[in-house]
Amino acid sequence: MNTRTSARPRALAVLFAPVFDNNPIALQILGICSALAVTANLKTALVMSVALTLVTAFSNLFISLLRRQIPASIRMIVQVVIIASLVIVVDQVLRAVAFELAKQLSVFVGLIITNCIVMGRAEAFAMQNPPWPSFLDGIGNGLGYSALLVALGITRELFGSGTLIGYRVLPTVADGGWYLPNGLLLLPPSAFFLIGLFIWALRSWKPEQVESPAFRMAPQVREQEP
Amino acid sequence: MPALRETPLAVLRIALLVSLVCSMVVAGTAVGLKSMQLENRRVDRERHLLAIVGLHDRALSASEVGERFRERITPRLVDLDSGAYVAAPPGHDNFDPLTWEGARAATDPALSRALSRSEDIAGIQRRERYAVVYKLMQGERVEALILPVRGYGLWSTLYGFLAVDADLNTVLGLRFYQHAETPGLGGEVDNPRWKALWPGKRLFDSDGQLRLRVGKPSGDGQDARWRVDALAGATLTSNGVNNMIRFWLGPQGYGPYLQRLRQEGVES
Repeated sequence: MNTRTSARPRALAVLFAPVFDNNPIALQILGICSALAVTANLKTALVMSVALTLVTAFSNLFISLLRRQIPASIRMIVQVVIIASLVIVVDQVLRAVAFELAKQLSVFVGLIITNCIVMGRAEAFAMQNPPWPSFLDGIGNGLGYSALLVALGITRELFGSGTLIGYRVLPTVADGGWYLPNGLLLLPPSAFFLIGLFIWALRSWKPEQVESPAFRMAPQVREQEP
Repeated sequence: MPALRETPLAVLRIALLVSLVCSMVVAGTAVGLKSMQLENRRVDRERHLLAIVGLHDRALSASEVGERFRERITPRLVDLDSGAYVAAPPGHDNFDPLTWEGARAATDPALSRALSRSEDIAGIQRRERYAVVYKLMQGERVEALILPVRGYGLWSTLYGFLAVDADLNTVLGLRFYQHAETPGLGGEVDNPRWKALWPGKRLFDSDGQLRLRVGKPSGDGQDARWRVDALAGATLTSNGVNNMIRFWLGPQGYGPYLQRLRQEGVES
């Protein structure tokens, strides 16, 4: 990979490719756990998106800066130490400035440490690329994650509780309106169904993302006549 | 990637360096933000104290919470062993009832004592000698008492408040401000429908025996006034809440304090 010849178009590609072409959730199927847990309303989904984007970007930056110093034998643990420190910083800042949201997000900010997207980008990109592209790659993958989280958050909050960021959009029957909220959307499994539908839509739009089947079904076996 | 000379010394050096820098960053952030976090916790606790007696009826800003709290609620320090009010714990001259946390005091050997296994039904191990109780005031009159309680559920210690009417028998509410029980099962202690079961229940029977419990109906339905339905699918959390009530209203908890109030009156 030569980064010097065409820095600008490459930078843009690095930044935006993960949103639709190489989405960490929809194509790589990473980071599903938090995508199920924090998307019952849009506000927590947004905060989680920002937190993960910042962590991925800065962990990529620092790991890339250190990439020539990190010995291969302990590279994973060094990556985890850097990621964990960043996550703790984000968690502490959230507790100081957005206490209510931090309470709602509970363990999930801390669990960014184990989010495969962060570790995956550190190992796959930041260890081989200079700091600036690595930083952009982190932001890009954060955006890819955010795009899906925000889409899930909007769908689940709007149709699950009839609100968006807490503001009433669809007047619910309980409040004297006409909309009967779909309670299933507030439960984590609904995010699974929605992610499945998003992946279907995305792969219909960009058929090159469809994977070749890992195995083929055997043709139906007919019972042997004795 | 250029090949790196991997001598044990180089490995150790980078490991040490990364750990050192990271720990400094983490420690720096934690210490730098501590005062803001403590302030948030105080406001959050005051929100819960107002909410349990129905004074947090709309979205209030942090300053409105502080204002309403100071206007209606008076914190007092109680010596749990004697049940008497005291001005400050010995040796704590700059005592502030607003930032005092019983659970933190319980970690200080000078301010707490270890509970024996038979005493420790709530699973809290150590109990503080002094607790801050909150009096809900209407002018000069005491309307209710709010008692901090805590106890072990299934995974975690539940921290909360029990509000009792000035008759020292009628429950006004129970709510938790911190716990880590399973969401959807034990976490349902936060469900408004379950919390709504508490107001109106009685603590003691006519003989003054503690009778309130969390559990199944007795069959004859005679105990409805003293019983709160347990949470389905969360037996251990429900037992934890039950034990918490028994502990904190018993002789190791607020028992001596309530006894003193009965003799001297709540206004004392």
